[in-house]
Amino acid sequence: MILTVDTLTKRFEMHVLDGATVVGLDGVSVNVRDGEFLAVVGPSGSGKSSLLKCLYQTYEVSSGSIRYHPADVDLATCDDRTIMRLRGSEIGYTSQFLDEIPRVSAVDVVARPLVESGMPAESARERARDLLSELGLPGPLFEAYPATFSGGERQRVNLAQALAPRPRLLLLDEPTSALDPETRRLAVDLIRADLGPETTVVGVFHNHEMVEALADRVLVLGDGRRRDLLPVAEFEGVVA
Amino acid sequence: MKPTRTGVRTVSEPDCGESHASDGTTGEATGESGGTPVEAEDVDGALAALDGAGLAGYNYAYLDEHTKREVRRAVLKAIAIPGHQVPFASRPMPLARGWGTGGIQTTLSLLGPEDTLKVIDQGSDESVNAANIRRLAERTADVETTTDTTAADVIQTRHRIPEEVLDRDQVLVLQVPVTDPLRKVDPSDAANRRRHAHANYGKMWVHLYENVVEYGEIQVASRYPVTVAGRYLMDPSPIPRWDVPKLNDADNLFLFAAGREARIYAVPPHTDVEPLAFDDRPFQVERFDAPCEACGATDTYRTAVETDEGDRLVVCNDTSFCLKRREDAGLAKDHHLDRDGVDWGPGTPDADDTDQEPATNGGDRT
Amino acid sequence: MTVLSGTGLTRLYGDPCGDCESLTGDDAGRNRCPACGTIVACADVSLDIERGEVLGVVGESGSGKSSLAELLALERGEGHSRGSVRFDGYEGNLLESDYDTRTRLRNDDLALVHQHIRDGLTLSFSGGGNVAEKPLAAGERSFEAVRERVRSLFEQLEVPVDRMDDPAETYSGGMQRRVQLARALVTDPAVVVLDEPTTGLDVSVQARVLDTFRRVQRERGVAAVVVSHDLGVVRLLADRTLVMRHGRVVERGLTDRILEDPHHAYTQQLINSTL
Repeated sequence: MILTVDTLTKRFEMHVLDGATVVGLDGVSVNVRDGEFLAVVGPSGSGKSSLLKCLYQTYEVSSGSIRYHPADVDLATCDDRTIMRLRGSEIGYTSQFLDEIPRVSAVDVVARPLVESGMPAESARERARDLLSELGLPGPLFEAYPATFSGGERQRVNLAQALAPRPRLLLLDEPTSALDPETRRLAVDLIRADLGPETTVVGVFHNHEMVEALADRVLVLGDGRRRDLLPVAEFEGVVA
Repeated sequence: MKPTRTGVRTVSEPDCGESHASDGTTGEATGESGGTPVEAEDVDGALAALDGAGLAGYNYAYLDEHTKREVRRAVLKAIAIPGHQVPFASRPMPLARGWGTGGIQTTLSLLGPEDTLKVIDQGSDESVNAANIRRLAERTADVETTTDTTAADVIQTRHRIPEEVLDRDQVLVLQVPVTDPLRKVDPSDAANRRRHAHANYGKMWVHLYENVVEYGEIQVASRYPVTVAGRYLMDPSPIPRWDVPKLNDADNLFLFAAGREARIYAVPPHTDVEPLAFDDRPFQVERFDAPCEACGATDTYRTAVETDEGDRLVVCNDTSFCLKRREDAGLAKDHHLDRDGVDWGPGTPDADDTDQEPATNGGDRT
Repeated sequence: MTVLSGTGLTRLYGDPCGDCESLTGDDAGRNRCPACGTIVACADVSLDIERGEVLGVVGESGSGKSSLAELLALERGEGHSRGSVRFDGYEGNLLESDYDTRTRLRNDDLALVHQHIRDGLTLSFSGGGNVAEKPLAAGERSFEAVRERVRSLFEQLEVPVDRMDDPAETYSGGMQRRVQLARALVTDPAVVVLDEPTTGLDVSVQARVLDTFRRVQRERGVAAVVVSHDLGVVRLLADRTLVMRHGRVVERGLTDRILEDPHHAYTQQLINSTL
């Protein structure tokens, strides 16, 4: 077990709406096993992204706990510096949008987290180039700025950046939403080949094909609540 | 220096050359109102009354006693805080500010009638300005004057320190056009005073750094910044770099006076004076290609002069010493002292070789 | 390990009546004391910064963030200051330290990057000279060593090395800002305080300058306090962020949490109006 999520609830108080409360997650509990690939599915607004952001602590949890066993801490209540240390060393997160930095080349965007965690710049760039070519990004774009890229190209850079550091826990929020079917297959191949059993993934996907190709188990959310948790083999036929 | 006698001369004393009031008090005889009472109906009459009185009506050494006392206090304070610029109430003098008025006020405040004065202007005793200052001192302070460095008690100078070693009984008064070395890097005197207060001299170092960037070595022609007694940054006045090492651990007192800026500062005897320089870009004195064309010296600061015939000659800048050397080519710079081997800058026996580039021909160094 | 900390930092401008702090602040909705007119620039702000960490301080003009930066950088401001600033390796409350201690700290260990370039650079000096000034002032006397440090910082901060001997006044705004950063970093301080680091820069240049700083900051492990009205600046640089209003800290937390899950009404308003 790597994560024990217990009755996790997230409410947003909207001051612009006179303090109206929006519920993002409502009492979600789930265990995440060491090394597994857990897919999170559900309709829009079901709380998939909120769950990942609570795990990453981009959202502050309203109640409930998130036990992260390797460090023996409750992510929901530990202090900011513990979160910063875990983010720097073992918990990775990526959204569907590339958080790009103007005028930094694609290779450097991907290499940056590696360099920041201490890898020599050349090795980091080499790993970045490998990942980008596995994802089929055309070579001439490696040294170009992602701001000029198409949505699919940017998402490839984004996914490569997420995979590069091989974190212990990787949180993926729809990292393939803008990819064409062929590139999606490349992404599946890469994720399978590159991430070993030492990486646990919690990933939000819209695409059934991806879920079936990658996931071990599937967490189904609806209206911020846990609807189901089942092995991927039983997932087929469940309406997402 | 011999003790200074104070004296007051009034209209009742007709001749400047004779008696001095010797009661040691200050300025009483001119009365509370100051100035010189002249009995006359009109201006022409007043002038006529003064006519023939010569310098009668002037105090001894031209300045009134309050002024001299104030200058002496500034001098004492300057000696007490080596390198620190001490303000004083600079008076109007009978020549324009910028022509040595600070030096004259200091010199006249120090002189007593037993003293001998030498005045040099860029190494020469003969310039009009030097001659005029000498004459003023002769007339008003009743002193002997000389061109011989070794015979002088007080030497007033502009832009040079003599080649002959100054001794413990001598005072060198340097005329100063710009008192603050930091003004090169910041025109604000207020900001610079704060920098001096906190020994914050980073900006001056940047100036030297940029100098080396530009020339490959420090190329400051004159007014070379020095650190005095490990504390204050000081402008040694526009002497050549050649003279800067003479300030260090000297036997004599150096006084620096600026009339226009109303500041006096000092380097007392045996004070450390260190030119600013980098470990790997040392301070260097000027280099000369040829010996003096008049006396043959290779251990002196030389400048080009044009003769009446239009020839260009490179000769010693210190003319009085050059004249002596023409009589006796081997004359040492410390010939007049009862000890030898005195360190007096470039070309003298104990000059620190690591800091200074010797004259090309080596001089009479051993 | 904590390198810089502030406790109860307060700065008042005026003639305080004693009730100023209770009559102002976020709840009162003002920073000017209604009883005596004193401006409470900042009050009772506490924070600490660990080695290598970047703390953002955001708020609009008048929120007190610049007063806070001045207190942390030990700038002598007008007004009444209270509270304590402590710095690793220095004894006691540095707000009460003597000039020499402050000067030593600010030359060796704590650098302020002024909002206005003219306050931070001598524009008539060369860019390299501006950077050289600090090691020279600290007693470095090898020309080549100084020059090498300047050159390597120019390279790291991506200022063209062939311009290092040109007067800083001939540089573009972005280059001047980089030189200012180089000057701040040249003595390897433990903490750099940046006050509105993007002031006067084109939008296209801002991000590059900040990105360069972020890279160098990480490489050198220097901690930073970044004060800005611009959420984009703290987003790019800061690990943690304080939100200030009416001289008080109204919210603090991980920067991405502040930006994506703001709790305080003011923070929500700030984010809604800028993103």
